[in-house]
Amino acid sequence: MEDFVKLMRSSPWSARFGMAVILFYVVVAVFAPLISPYGETEIVGSEFEVWGGAFLLGTDNLGRDMFTRMVYGARNTIGIAFATTCLAFLIGGFFGLMAAALGGWVDQVLSRLVDILMALPPLIFALLLLAILGTSIPVLIGVIAVLDSTRVYRLARAVAMNIAVLDYVEVARLRGEGLLWIIRREILPNSLPPLVAEFGLRFCFVFLFIAALSFLGLGIQPPTADWGSMVRDNATLITYGDITPLLPAGAIALLTVGVNFVVDWFLHKTAGLRDDQ
Amino acid sequence: MTSSKKGDVLLVMRDLRIEGQADEKWHEIVRGIDLTLRRGEVLGLIGESGAGKSTIGIAGMGFTRPGCRFSSGTVTFDGIELTGAPEETKRRLRGSRIAYVAQSAAASFNPAHKLIKQFAEAPVQHGVLNAGQAAKDAVDIYRRLQMPEPDTIGFRYPHQVSGGQLQRAMVAMAMACKPDLIVFDEPTTALDVTTQIEVLAAIKDIVHQFNTAAIYITHDLAVVAQLADRIMVLRHGKLIEEGETRAMLAHPKEAYTGQLLAVRSYRRDEFPPSQDDPPLLEVRGISAGYGPLIKVLDDVSVKIGHKRTVAVVGESGSGKSTLARVITGLLPPYQGEILFKGQALPPSYKNRTKDQLRQVQMIYQMPDVALNPKQRVRDEIGRPLEFYLGMDAAARERRVKELLEMIELPAEFAERLPGELSGGQKQRICIARALAAEPELIICDEVTSALDQLVAEEILKLLQRLQDDLKVSYLFITHDLATVKAISDEIVVMLQGRVVQQGGKNAVLTPPHHEYTELLLSSVPEMDPDWLDDLLAKRAS
Repeated sequence: MEDFVKLMRSSPWSARFGMAVILFYVVVAVFAPLISPYGETEIVGSEFEVWGGAFLLGTDNLGRDMFTRMVYGARNTIGIAFATTCLAFLIGGFFGLMAAALGGWVDQVLSRLVDILMALPPLIFALLLLAILGTSIPVLIGVIAVLDSTRVYRLARAVAMNIAVLDYVEVARLRGEGLLWIIRREILPNSLPPLVAEFGLRFCFVFLFIAALSFLGLGIQPPTADWGSMVRDNATLITYGDITPLLPAGAIALLTVGVNFVVDWFLHKTAGLRDDQ
Repeated sequence: MTSSKKGDVLLVMRDLRIEGQADEKWHEIVRGIDLTLRRGEVLGLIGESGAGKSTIGIAGMGFTRPGCRFSSGTVTFDGIELTGAPEETKRRLRGSRIAYVAQSAAASFNPAHKLIKQFAEAPVQHGVLNAGQAAKDAVDIYRRLQMPEPDTIGFRYPHQVSGGQLQRAMVAMAMACKPDLIVFDEPTTALDVTTQIEVLAAIKDIVHQFNTAAIYITHDLAVVAQLADRIMVLRHGKLIEEGETRAMLAHPKEAYTGQLLAVRSYRRDEFPPSQDDPPLLEVRGISAGYGPLIKVLDDVSVKIGHKRTVAVVGESGSGKSTLARVITGLLPPYQGEILFKGQALPPSYKNRTKDQLRQVQMIYQMPDVALNPKQRVRDEIGRPLEFYLGMDAAARERRVKELLEMIELPAEFAERLPGELSGGQKQRICIARALAAEPELIICDEVTSALDQLVAEEILKLLQRLQDDLKVSYLFITHDLATVKAISDEIVVMLQGRVVQQGGKNAVLTPPHHEYTELLLSSVPEMDPDWLDDLLAKRAS
């Protein structure tokens, strides 16, 4: 606890801002039903009502309360992005560490497989898979996680490669330790910092990817509130000089900036860099 | 060599203090150093790691490492005060009037450019020479440094010359602008003893030819004794003793200097050969290498008796570490077999039983990377106990305490992470980890070469005591003949993957030697300022 207070005190303003933003989003996502005045899919007024009065941010193209949709959107978009990133890290991290620890043909097969996946444009490939498998939320999470795990695999393998050749790993090998023990006790703890930083960055990418898919109509399906599709649904308002459709986009941007600030600080910290460098 | 031809004062440091930042706090790492250097004089700075000798050396150029700062005092180079000087002033001096030679030449050269182009960079940049003159100068200096093929060697890339040649090329680069002062920061530490001599002789020669002042930084008193007119002994950022080289070597005033002088004098007598049959470990006709083409070991046979120490000596590239990898099973050999108590060991460690693995343990050169930085000492030492001996938590705890006692560390160290230990302490933990498995053979791969000399000697004594108590055998791989003299019973001399001489310590160390053994033995610097000159004269004749 003391260390934590000290750490927070030494953090730069950018990281503090980032952490405040993330905290705010998490609170909003968790307490969505308490914060929002209406139900998620409830039609409460006429289409495209202006800001103010009963509707803080007006209503959308079907007459649902925009503010309520924003709050629930945080819950859905962030929740799904988080689950997807976790899954991507489980898959990519495990195979990456294993490839580095084993080397040889296992590494070759896994790496070439990943090369193939990475050679396909992810958005096109995701659209293809979603069109085949349908667009339920579990499928969405699975497809994006697998596509994204290739990047995680690359990083985990690269980091673990440098560790797998160190003497202490050799000591464990010579002791006769099993593969899982070596990965879990020797390699994983020492490759965590770059992976944690990458988690933050990948979370942003996944988040943007889901938003993009939703905008194209293949992501989170209506009537579930989601920032990507909210931009699309209300896009016509832009022509009338109304900035309402930019609000969900702004929410996405703000979270991305916040996460990146925190990740930057964390990387800086773990890399042992000083401020003057 | 004598101090008679000293010229005017060139560099003066007055009460120099430098601070370094750690954990957001400033710590003083150089604590009030006074230093005077005259033209043409060579000053040796000596001390163990953390003595601040490198920091003082680069402070002579008006520079501090990132994270360090001058806190007080002055550095005056030929009348110019450097600590507060603008960057532009210092930039003009560096490279043209003050030059620096770093420890690792390989890391200091740009691999993408030819040597001569890198030589010409500083003088052309400073406008001292044009490119043509610089090339001509380079050849001249390469010749003076006795580099092979001085006319053409400059047109090679850094990876196309040997380590010793590269280090000399770096000295040549420092000489490019005929500077008044050169700072040598451990220029021979990373080299083999036989190569070290070439570089030392070259440095000594060229510094005298150009009457350049030099600060020579090293942890090895015997090396600095060959070059320096004057020596400053440093410890924890403070001056311990300063004096003329000869006078200091003959009559050290401080106890610490005496300790440094006495280093390498530790000796143990050879144990009589045990007549056990079969021997503990026998390596028979091993040929091994990496890939089908690169043969590193060629028909190597070695025997290690019970409770004996066999030292494998050789320069880098002799295959001595590869031998260790073959014995541990990391590198299955092309040919030959490894017998442990008469039983053949499977060539790959993957096919060895737990017990076979337990009996041969290894201690590494770099304790920094031999310990997992995220594991506490307790887990590090406790794991072999659990893994091989199946001890439960309480038994492990007791045994870890015992092992810590054996390696002369307090029991509280069980709580620590490797980052909270010094180099010598880390190496002790590595020893305890090896001992925890209760092995019969421990392979020590250059275990002292990354440590300060005084610390290294403590480690050697500890290993010796443990052998007396536990009856364990050592296979000691080293390039340092002083270590060999100190603790071995038998010596195996290796050259380019072959064993050139092998036998009891006394037999190998008494003349007549094998030609190569003779070369190795004579190349170890001695605490005698005339040693290098005498040796070069002898070799020339």
